[in-house]
Amino acid sequence: MSNNLLEIKNLHVNAEEKEILKGINLNINNGEIHVIMGPNGSGKTTTANAILNNPAYTKTNGNIIFNGEDISNLKTDEIARKGVFMSFQLPEEIPGVSVTNFLKYAKNKITGEPVKIFQFKDELKKYMEELNMNPKNMERSLNVGFSGGEKKKNEILQMLVLNPKLAILDETDSGLDVDAIKIVSKGIEMFKNENNAVLIITHNTKILHSLKVDYVHVLVNGKIVKTGTQELAKEIEENGYAQYK
Amino acid sequence: MKKTNLDEINRNIYDIKNKDEYDFKIKKGLTPEIIEEISKQKNDPEWMKEFRLKALDVYNKLELPTWGPDISELNMDEIATYVRPKTGLSNSWEDVPEDIKNTFDKLGIPEAEKTSLAGVGAQYDSEVVYHSMKEDLIKQGVIYTDMETAVREYPELVKEHFMKCVPVHDHKFVALHGAVWSGGSFVYVPKGIKVDIPLQSYFRLNSPESGQFEHTLIIVDEGASLHFIEGCSAPKYNKVNLHAGCVELYVKDNAYLRYSTIENWSKNMLNLNTKKAIVGKNAKMDWVSGSFGSKISMLYPMSILNGEGAKTEYTGISFAGGGQNLDNGFKVVHNAKNTSSVVNAKSISKNGGKCTYRSLVRINENAKNSKSSVSCESLMLDDISISDTIPTNDIRTDEVEFSHEAKIGKISDKTIFYLMSRGLSEEDAKAMIVRGFANPIAKELPVEYAVEMNNLINLELEGAIG
Ligand SMILES: Nc1ncnc2c1ncn2[C@@H]1O[C@H](COP(=O)(O)OP(=O)(O)O)[C@@H](O)[C@H]1O
Ligand SMILES: [Mg+2]
Repeated sequence: MSNNLLEIKNLHVNAEEKEILKGINLNINNGEIHVIMGPNGSGKTTTANAILNNPAYTKTNGNIIFNGEDISNLKTDEIARKGVFMSFQLPEEIPGVSVTNFLKYAKNKITGEPVKIFQFKDELKKYMEELNMNPKNMERSLNVGFSGGEKKKNEILQMLVLNPKLAILDETDSGLDVDAIKIVSKGIEMFKNENNAVLIITHNTKILHSLKVDYVHVLVNGKIVKTGTQELAKEIEENGYAQYK
Repeated sequence: MKKTNLDEINRNIYDIKNKDEYDFKIKKGLTPEIIEEISKQKNDPEWMKEFRLKALDVYNKLELPTWGPDISELNMDEIATYVRPKTGLSNSWEDVPEDIKNTFDKLGIPEAEKTSLAGVGAQYDSEVVYHSMKEDLIKQGVIYTDMETAVREYPELVKEHFMKCVPVHDHKFVALHGAVWSGGSFVYVPKGIKVDIPLQSYFRLNSPESGQFEHTLIIVDEGASLHFIEGCSAPKYNKVNLHAGCVELYVKDNAYLRYSTIENWSKNMLNLNTKKAIVGKNAKMDWVSGSFGSKISMLYPMSILNGEGAKTEYTGISFAGGGQNLDNGFKVVHNAKNTSSVVNAKSISKNGGKCTYRSLVRINENAKNSKSSVSCESLMLDDISISDTIPTNDIRTDEVEFSHEAKIGKISDKTIFYLMSRGLSEEDAKAMIVRGFANPIAKELPVEYAVEMNNLINLELEGAIG
């Protein structure tokens, strides 16, 4: 059995009849951290949504293989239960559902097992301390009235609790100050091990100052135009995307 | 109510149909002869018989409401207004016939009585079949009994209050109620007595093509307090059933009354119910209401704040599925200085169901320095469902604080995608959003009822996703 976790082959995706992704190829192995960088509107969020099969996007060609299984046409919740997680660029607000209850419910759905309350609470407490989160927020409605930073940290908390095989982090770093970005990096390091992988999606390079990554892909206009290592991120930091347009 | 696991609930509990067995069922229709016969069957005192006949006159003179849902399908010639069950009133469940007791068992009433209630009344069709209250409350002078017993044993109290808060002229179905009322509960809490544990009356209509017209009269005397819970349900039949109950609440100076309702009538029910409270000086009246059942509901509980510093709060939720038209709301009249009202109304509609929030806030000239804040929010689960808000605000003085906020929303695909990405199925996701929406109301309900409400929401959502 190979170490391959995610394989995207020649993926074409439309949104509202318009082609957004124009043949994406991507391989992610267990134990790796990948970064997709690209200017606004290049198709980064679309890629993440396509992996989780958001019905608002239509795949017109290609497939997505996860852990050796074609997940292209599975429902979002099935894909999530197979171990794919996405931290949202704009997390949704759920009035009347507390963060704790939400996490307990989601964990039960993901694992298919009853959640052991005390263990769960301890785990939650530990993660929240690490992420420097206000424990009071746990009883508040999910994301309702949270600041941008609180929402992003909450996404990382969900990643830690749900413990997926592949975590896709869509702009989790954007809009955060340096300290908050460090906390997000710390969360990623806590999560990361040899049997899972992370796909970071970002339009800037700040998070790469505090996190070591294995591969950097440059996505421009629906295509990956270059793949490299951490060095590539530095180059983009200096020269921008202009040369790839 | 019985605490049920979220997964094990099913509609069957509500849909148990017992055989239409009765001791006496009046023939269908509405004539003076029929009214006299009901009165005779019920052994009314003379004044009550006269009262009924006058009410019938008023009924015949009044027109159907010209606004709201279409109730033209209601044909009183097809409704039997009095069905006496095959048993008398008892204060021991042992003495209640097996099938009737089973029904209440399944609804969780005797169980709740043991664990969380201070007294229980249970009505089956037109008569109360069970009534009981804890000994210590009896010793404190609290009265909790069926309405018929009250008419016989406390005629002065009854005469002074019966249909004085809700006069028969209020509207056509109040007049109807006055003519054919039967059953219901009477509560009197003496001055200064605090009843800490709730009393609950449950109304069950089993008989097809019939009506239920229970009368609930509650007097909470000065400085006393009470939490009263009302539940109701019926199995579903093909033809229309009618519910035109009447609730009259007197909250005297410095008293407190909380009136909670979970209404789960079957979807062939026309629920044309009337509830009103008169609230005295520095007294407080809280309404909590969950409305799930009925084909058509027209229900607008009302608080009349007659005493200085009187307060009222209304917390209500309606949930309309396909074929349901729930026209609910709250009315308040500020009729003295420094009074206040707070309204938090929510509605959910799905599968083409319709929810209307219809309200009245009237602040009279004499109600200076009063406050009223109204918030209503509705959630539609699809494009074919309807939600509407029809507020009437009649503010007759400048020296008030008044705010009205209305929000109408839909479940967004983005939110569903977000929840599904956390492993929830589409159904789970919708249920979670709806439960969250309803949560602020559920929190106001007694805990068993909150569980019950969640169960009803899950029930309503089952199979809702196509
Ligand atoms: N649901 C959608 N419907 C229509 N167009 C969309 C939708 N989502 C994204 N797009 C379009 O696709 C392009 C790529 O968007 P996106 O993937 O969000 O970019 P990025 O995340 O790289 O900034 C943009 O032009 C955007 O307007
Ligand atoms: Mg994006």
